[in-house]
Formats: sequence, structure tokens, C-alpha cells
Amino acid sequence: MESSSSAADGWKPTISQEDQWTLESQVFHIYRMLCDIPPKSQAAMLELQRDSHVEYLEKGLRHLGPSFSVLDANRPWICYWILHSIALLGESVDVALENNVIDFISRCQDQHGGYGGGPGQMPHLATTYAAVNTLITLGGNKSLKSINRGKIYSFLRRMKHTSGGFSMHEGGEIDVRACYTAISVASVLSIIDEELVRGVGDYIVSCQTYEGGIAGEPGSEAHGGYTFCGLATMILINAVNHLDLASLTDWLVFRQGVEGGFQGRTNKLVDGCYSFWQGGAAALLQRLHAPAPAGSISSDLSDDGGSPDQEEGSEKHSDDEVSIPIRRHTETEPLFQSQALQQYILLCSQVEGGFRDKPGKSRDHYHTCYCLSGLAVAQYSWSNDADSVPLPGSVLGPYSNLLEPVNPLYNIVVDQYNEAHEFFSNAPALKHE
Amino acid sequence: MSSEDNNWVPISNRPEWSDVTPVAQNDGPNPVVPIAYSQEFAEIMGYFRAVYLSGERSLRVLELTAEAIGINPGNYTVWQFRRVILEAMNADLHKELDFVEQLANKNSKNYQLWHHRRWVAAKLGTAAVDGELEFTKRIFSNDAKHYHAWSHRQWVLLNLGGWEGELAYCNQLLADDIFNNSAWNQRYFVVTKHPGCVETSLDSEVEYAIQSILLKPENESPWRYLRGLYKNNIKSFVANPTVPKLCLTVLISRVSLMFALGLLLDLISNGLTPNKDLSNAIEAVVPESIVGQDSDVLVKICSTLEIIDPMRANYWRFRKNNLYAQAAAGVANINIH
Repeated sequence: MESSSSAADGWKPTISQEDQWTLESQVFHIYRMLCDIPPKSQAAMLELQRDSHVEYLEKGLRHLGPSFSVLDANRPWICYWILHSIALLGESVDVALENNVIDFISRCQDQHGGYGGGPGQMPHLATTYAAVNTLITLGGNKSLKSINRGKIYSFLRRMKHTSGGFSMHEGGEIDVRACYTAISVASVLSIIDEELVRGVGDYIVSCQTYEGGIAGEPGSEAHGGYTFCGLATMILINAVNHLDLASLTDWLVFRQGVEGGFQGRTNKLVDGCYSFWQGGAAALLQRLHAPAPAGSISSDLSDDGGSPDQEEGSEKHSDDEVSIPIRRHTETEPLFQSQALQQYILLCSQVEGGFRDKPGKSRDHYHTCYCLSGLAVAQYSWSNDADSVPLPGSVLGPYSNLLEPVNPLYNIVVDQYNEAHEFFSNAPALKHE
Repeated sequence: MSSEDNNWVPISNRPEWSDVTPVAQNDGPNPVVPIAYSQEFAEIMGYFRAVYLSGERSLRVLELTAEAIGINPGNYTVWQFRRVILEAMNADLHKELDFVEQLANKNSKNYQLWHHRRWVAAKLGTAAVDGELEFTKRIFSNDAKHYHAWSHRQWVLLNLGGWEGELAYCNQLLADDIFNNSAWNQRYFVVTKHPGCVETSLDSEVEYAIQSILLKPENESPWRYLRGLYKNNIKSFVANPTVPKLCLTVLISRVSLMFALGLLLDLISNGLTPNKDLSNAIEAVVPESIVGQDSDVLVKICSTLEIIDPMRANYWRFRKNNLYAQAAAGVANINIH
């Protein structure tokens, strides 16, 4: 192979190296600043600016400028990014605003099922995911009752593709994201069945690359967003052992860079949103790898639907659903460097009101949502049990930085997920025509 | 006609649209996340809603979808409706390629644009091959890691062909930037998916990866590529003498030890017996604090990695605690003589 650098050329960094070093110098400048200031100022720098974030978020619910026109087909997403962030911060919006959200989301519903990006738009799997997650995050009878499970089920069936995957919308693209949004919605609404699940596992397995991560489509590059989607889906359909978990884990841990944050792909730049996509995937893997009793090979999920009595304290669901053995009351250590991730989020992504990708980029609601979600995952990463309260050592900065715990499979705050799970698993079974 | 130029004529002033009444958006009395649309935006979408509901398929609607896409390329409903009209009118799809490219030049990070391009290319068939490969190359000249463009390029190769120059293209991209993981991924794609690929072999790809590693041992891409070549074939991997030789070279150079040690961890777990030189080289990089601990080489490697790769200390500890599980799986892969 030809050498890319010879004595005659002189030595020159590649574009990947240049971009990386530029970012590193910005990030380390910030970290050095932290080292050089007195402890009181350090605490202030590491503090989660709750009030300013809530203000930024609530403002977005009430008004968005004309530049948001490019998100006109994503308005349920904006609702979810904002309301989930507010929930993570342990806040809620007033009842009037809640009712307005429920009303608006229901106007995004298509008469044949599913939610579109706005009133009058075709239903789309991603906006359906966002709409359902929004309503569950609001919680309460009115919100949950507004979801028409039967119609959503028929929409999901229409989106099912012969490859085993799903189309995002009628005539739309098929990829791992579509699988996740469909299965996540079906699971959380307790409408998942054999017809929806068929072929999904094989499709996702075909998307795991030689690197170990998962791609959007078979053959494409391993990517953090799709890795989260693929892994979460495989867990939800109880087929996670069909993935090569060892190589997935290895790829994943190497996505955390010297900056402390995660990159989406090998040799690309860190981005705050991967705090959740990669950090959340790591949290899922951690629960799968939960330490086995002494002398035995680490516990695995079985393929045949899981036996509810196999593990102490496993969550029991209805027959059609996944039984995920979870080790209760165990302490564990995070697979990734949790303090370093929290440091990146608080010092590099956090701004006065909201979060951003990296220094030099502007804040937006998407990054606010996923930086906060990643922060929550990191804070709770020393426990496999959602009920246990993190010790002060788990939380970078003042303990008041502690967020609400999140269910990483759906990215919904745990309390709200539990309420919805209770509500929908007790709901009548769907009658299929 | 674009809403961005000062000459934009409101649709309500256009005589050819006088028979259509725009349809207001059903946001309700108290909308949330309300967007302060410009007048142009509101008007274009109002007319779009009207023809979408009436289902009209005509040239004026085709042009209207172009306007609507121009002001919000993320509106998948408009794109889908555009496809319906293109089909109904049996439109010239070559012009459609230009339409997409112009949009891509403004902002190429958009799912809908790429999905549409794929739909058009599928309809044009093999005649579109060269154009699609050239188009993606233009995108890569600006951003050599563009995710959608790489997926599109792979789809083109799989469905329309054009493999002949692909490995050479990968070589060129890697010569430009050996850290370009998308190019490595594409290389793997060509080597494994090109039917009857004769330009290379497993041995020559292994050699290519090794040379790349030696050029820049801190580059993660070729290390993963090398492992990938032996996916599902760990036995052959362990048996290939060039691999421990590579690890030895890297360990001696003291540059980027973690990839070499990580690879040795896997190889030794799966049956590799390090020779004397390699064992010495491993000992030589073990930190002071754990030198002399009488533990087996796998434990020693994990402990070393915990110290020299602190970001992944927990992971290396996890590996150490699961060595038996790995070794048990590994033993199953080896022929016992």
C-alpha cells in the first residue's frame, strides 16, 4: 500500500485528526478553567442550571420562531423533547398547558391510526413514538385514554415490511430506527404480538457490523443512534442473545473519548446527544451483563420468552410480553466512565438555558432532551435497580443535580413509565379483525 | 419560484390557482409548540393541504410540492405526495435527480431527500449507476463520512451494480484520510459483498490492515477492520502468525498499547500461545505497580489495561471478571490434539 506520508511530503494531519484536535483543545480549555478556579466557583460551574433550563423549555412549548419551520413535520418530537426534559428535571407543566398538549397531539392523529408530524400530515413511526412518549410523560387518565391502541396497532401492521423491518411511513424508508419506534410503541402500549415481531430480530442482526456496533441498514457503518435502537428493540422482543454482545460492548466502550463524552462512530467527533444513545445502550448492556452468582457463567436471557421464575425479582408481564430478569438491589459499576460523561455534559454541553452538541454549536431542544437523558443514565449507572437512590458519589457537582431516573428502553421517566405500564397492561386486549 | 427571493408571488395572486381555496392548519384554539410561520410558508402549506385533500395530480401541484419542499425539506407528506404525482404523470425522472441535487447542495442532512433519490434511482434502473456513484462522490468531496450518502452508495452498488472501481475508490479515500472509518466500512462492504471480487483476498486485506496499523497505530479503524476480517473465524485468526507479530511490533514501539493489548486479550483467550518474544514484550509494558504479581497473562493484560486505559477501567475489570466465560467459549473453538 502506498504510504500516505513520506519524508518529502512532510507530515500532515488528516482532516479527521485536525477536527479532533481542534475540538480537544476547546474542551480541555474548559476543563483547565475548572481546575484553576476556587472550589466554590467549581461547584457553580458544575451546577445544573435547572431554572434556566425549565424556562427555555417552557418557552418552546408556548412559542417557536419562524426558523422552526424546518421542524414543521416534527412537532410531536418537539413536544417530547421538551416535556421529557421537564420531567427529568422533576418538574411539570400546569394543567392548562397539559390539556393543550393532549389536545394538540390528538390533532396529529391520523383517522386510520398513528400520529403525523402535525395536524393533517401522514402518520409516521417516529412522530408516533414521540406522541405516545409525550402522552405517557404527561401521565394521568386523560392523557393515556387519548391513545387509540387499536388504531395504532393497525398502523404498525400497515408499516410492517416483508424484510421483517418497518417503513417509517407509507412509501417511506426502512431502517433500524423504524424497527425501534414501532416496537417501542407496541411494547409500551401492550399491543406487541407475533405479527409485529416476526423477522425483526433477523433484520437487526443483519445490521450489526464487523465493528460490533449496529448500523441503520445492513452494510452501513456502526452508529450510536442505530445501536441504541437495535439493542433496545432486541431486548424488547427478547432476542438480544442473537446479537454478538461481546463485540457490541467492546465497540461501545471505545466510543467514549478523552473528552468524556461519546462519539457516534469511530474516529468522529463527540456529541452531547450520544450521551443517551451510547450511554443508554451501555446501561442496557450493563443490566444484561449483571454479575452472575460466583462460579457460573454470566446470566443470559433465554430465547423462548424468558422464564419469569428464573431470576429473583424479575418483572412479570403478561404472556405475550418480555420478561426481563433484573437483579434487584445490586450495586454494579457502569460500563463506561460515568463521572467523565457527566463532566462533558455539564461543562461542554450545558449552556444558559438548554444543551448543545459541543462547544461552538447552538443549543436546541433535541440536544437538551438527550443530554439530560444521558445525564440521568450516568447518575443512576451504579445501580441496576430503579428504586435505589444514587449515593452522592454518583452525582457530579452538587447533589441537587440529581435528575429523575429514566427507563432506558423507552427513554421515559420511570414513574411515568410505571403508571403507563399499569394502565395499558390492564387495558382490554385488542380484537383483531 | 422560491419563497426566498423577493419576486415571490403569493399563490393567492396567481391566476392559475384562483380556483383553489387554501385549507387552514387544524392546530386548534390553543396549539402548543406553535411555529410563527412566515406568510409565504403559511400560504404555500395552505394550498398544499387543499390539493392534498382533493387528491389533484397535475403539473401545478407538482410545482407546488417543489415549493413546499423548498421551505421545509423535512415534510415527508409532501415528498410522498410528490412521488404519487410523478408516477401519475409519468414525469421525467432525470430532472428529478437535478431537483434533489440542488436541494442537497443547500442541506444534505435530510432523510427524505435521500429516500426520494433512492426511489428515483430505482425507477431509472441500471442506467442511473454512473450518475449515482458520481453524485455520492460529490457529496464525499465535502464530507467524506456522510452517512446517508454512504448508505445510498451501497444501495446503488447492491441493486444497480458498478463495483469495478469501488476498491480503488476506498484506497483513494484512505490515502486522503486513513482515519476515515466510513471508508474502512465501505472497504469491508466491497470485500464481503462484491460478488466474485477478484481484486483482493483475505491475506492481502490482512496485509493492508496491518500496514495501515503500522502507519498509525493509534488509529482504531484498521484494528477493528482486522478483527472484522476474521469474524466467525476465530480459529484462523489465532492461527495467523502475522497478527501476534503485529502486536509485538506495536508493543515494542510503546505507541497505542491499548489496541494491541486488547487484541492479544482476545487471541490468548481463544488459544494463542505467545512465544517468548511476545511474552517478554507484554511483561515489559506491565506497569510497576502490578509487575511481579503471580497471575496468568490474561489477568495481567486486563490489569495493565485498567491502568493505561483509565477511561475504560470498568470495562477491563469486567473483562477480567469474565475471563473464565470467555475462555470456556474459546476452548470450544480450538481443536484439542
